[in-house]
Amino acid sequence: MAAGSPPLPSGKVTIPFYRDTRIIAIIVQIVFAIAVAALLWYLYSNMMNGLRQANLLPTFAFLSVPSGFPIAESVIPYDPSMTYGRAFVVGILNTVRVAGIGIILATILGLILGIARLSDNWLLRNVALVYVEIVRNVPLLLQLIFWFSLTRLFPRIQESIDVGGLLFLHNRGVTLAWPQAANDFDVWMVWVYGGIVVGIVYYVVRRIQFARRDRPGVALPQALLIAFGIALIGFFTTYFAYGSWPVSLSIPELQRFNFVGGITVTNSFAALLVGLVIYTAVFIGEIVRSGILAVSKGQREAARALGLTPGQTMRLVILPQALRVIIPPLTSQYLNLTKNSSLAVAVAYPDLFYVANTINNQTGQAVPVILMLMASYLSVSLLTSLFMNWYNRRIQLVER
Amino acid sequence: MRKQMILVLAGLLSLVLAACGGQAQQAPTTAPAQPATTAPEQPTAAPPASPAPTAAPAATSAPAGGTPAQPAAGGLIERILARGTLICGVNNNPLPGFSSVDAAGVRAGFDVDFCRAIAAALFDDPNKVEYRPLSAQERFTALQTGEIDVLIRNSTWTLGRDGNLGLDWAPTTFYDGQGMMVRKDSGINTLEDMNGATICVQTGTTTELNLADQFRARGLTFTPVVFPDGDATRAAYDAGQCDGFTTDKSGLVSSLTLLSNPADHKILEVTMSKEPLGPAVKQGDPQWFDAVRWIVFATFQAEEYGITSKNVDEFLKSDVPEIRRFLGIEGDLAKGIGLPNDFAVRIIRHVGNYAEIYDRNLGPNTPFNLPRGLNALYTNGGLLYSPPFR
Repeated sequence: MAAGSPPLPSGKVTIPFYRDTRIIAIIVQIVFAIAVAALLWYLYSNMMNGLRQANLLPTFAFLSVPSGFPIAESVIPYDPSMTYGRAFVVGILNTVRVAGIGIILATILGLILGIARLSDNWLLRNVALVYVEIVRNVPLLLQLIFWFSLTRLFPRIQESIDVGGLLFLHNRGVTLAWPQAANDFDVWMVWVYGGIVVGIVYYVVRRIQFARRDRPGVALPQALLIAFGIALIGFFTTYFAYGSWPVSLSIPELQRFNFVGGITVTNSFAALLVGLVIYTAVFIGEIVRSGILAVSKGQREAARALGLTPGQTMRLVILPQALRVIIPPLTSQYLNLTKNSSLAVAVAYPDLFYVANTINNQTGQAVPVILMLMASYLSVSLLTSLFMNWYNRRIQLVER
Repeated sequence: MRKQMILVLAGLLSLVLAACGGQAQQAPTTAPAQPATTAPEQPTAAPPASPAPTAAPAATSAPAGGTPAQPAAGGLIERILARGTLICGVNNNPLPGFSSVDAAGVRAGFDVDFCRAIAAALFDDPNKVEYRPLSAQERFTALQTGEIDVLIRNSTWTLGRDGNLGLDWAPTTFYDGQGMMVRKDSGINTLEDMNGATICVQTGTTTELNLADQFRARGLTFTPVVFPDGDATRAAYDAGQCDGFTTDKSGLVSSLTLLSNPADHKILEVTMSKEPLGPAVKQGDPQWFDAVRWIVFATFQAEEYGITSKNVDEFLKSDVPEIRRFLGIEGDLAKGIGLPNDFAVRIIRHVGNYAEIYDRNLGPNTPFNLPRGLNALYTNGGLLYSPPFR
């Protein structure tokens, strides 16, 4: 080439497509997408090939086949002649039961713990500290097995510890007297529903009044009081009208093998619940503590200067503001508790994971069962998340 | 399909490499398996096992050079030979008499001896076994995914498992039935006495299902306490958290020795089910299935002929055609199932015949002293019967 050749024409510069970064970026993305799709396809076809060879092609037909295996405790009626699908639902409900109760109890305990950690009382503060440090540094599975082994130390059911004839402690759980519907229960229920309706009407009316006057006010406690009061009046009225209480107490009676009557909380359920609550409460406590510390000190001082007691300060000023910091991480802890409940299998509590495993073992349908298992946990977690996010939005500062 | 081939080839290559590495370490034992793995299709005309009548029962070691097997290319036998060890799924919980680890860390028991028999047949060395302890729930998945080669974990052969789980069962090695253990002071003598009782049972087992069936059929109710772990199940029963404990009768006899006070417990007369226990393999490799099947049969047949680990060398000099065929001196029968021709000799020499295996683990000189019952040869009124070796 001649040295003096003219430079590139200044007007339109045509770059070949393989040197155009915009086009390259798109090509790379397409290639990458194809590679990922090919990999997934390979994994899928490999799996299906293997399953076909082993005569294990996935199908959901097993769901309508009688399961044949017993489940120790169930919220809904269940026996081995019912289907695998029913057994799976029993598992879901058992998980929801332990997770639901666990979340409520863990929140209460966590709140107490978080406040105790900030207490001015040296003893309380340090007891809480020791509790937190021990519990959060020991694996949960170990703790569950600890609680479960502890239940073994109670006496055999024939030699139960009798607390006033109403509560019995034994190594299969706790049996306690429990209210049960008597003859005139329906009559009383009319009163109860009536109370609820009156309570709601009162509440709505008051809210409308507040809105009209454009002034804040409290209506819920009175509404509850009214509902409760009507139910109570009904309770006694029924007694005087019919001569017997609408609700009677079912007293447990030791039969040959087990207690009949009352309700029995099995040691498996108790161990799982206690383990999950104590473990999760620690994390919730730390979240509560961080939330409280996040509220500016001036708020507390201002509240005290207005003459509020320390309790009022906490309840009316600090906690409502701390809640905004607390809720998002609290949601994760709720999800953790739900997911950790899958360790139930170690303490013989028939939760979802346990039931799914048994179904898998009996039918050999690993792929459908695992998919159903994942979908179930995902649904429960997403629903919890959804609710907590809604609540979070509700309590956020409304900025005008 | 091609991708799979490539993968299999890659896997084989790595196995061969691994095997070569392994062989190099144990050079002194004139590695016989190596040529077989690198060139599996060479018709090394070696079948007649060397301890010919002339070679007197030499002091110890095996008949020189195990004849290279004729395993199908890419089959499981070839992969096991290349790997150099058999991976055998056994019970994760101690089940004395069937599978337990002694104080010296040696695994022993009835099930374990069948793992050893397979290893002896393949490698002429019963110790080339890698044991994979598995829970009742894990066992079938481990087999389906190929994590183990064979499952010998007191597993019951049922139609559902054979068909739906994609498994194949070798001949039953132990005919068992489900039993029920209770406390002597409970006053329970039959299942009918147990209405409303709490019963400990292990999950993932046939006993879990039979229990439900039996109680349902009798119109009785019960509360199950179900653990995934055999040890936990027994411990819960031992602590009195259950009124009864159910599993295979052999398992009950075995568990009885582990209870804190065995004299307080008894096993009910009733037998609630048929529990034929035997080795299981993954469906889809007929040669491996055949091999395991005939290894089990060889232990039956050896007992029938009266060949034991002590007198096997005498029998090698036998003129009886049946016995010569069985011991692989004549013919090349075992080639078709991918085993060396003298596999029966190897099993008998290292592990013994069925009677020896039984007596060593469950017989009169053990704490269990289980009568042979159904597990006797058909000639003695039992169910053990081997098809002919010809």
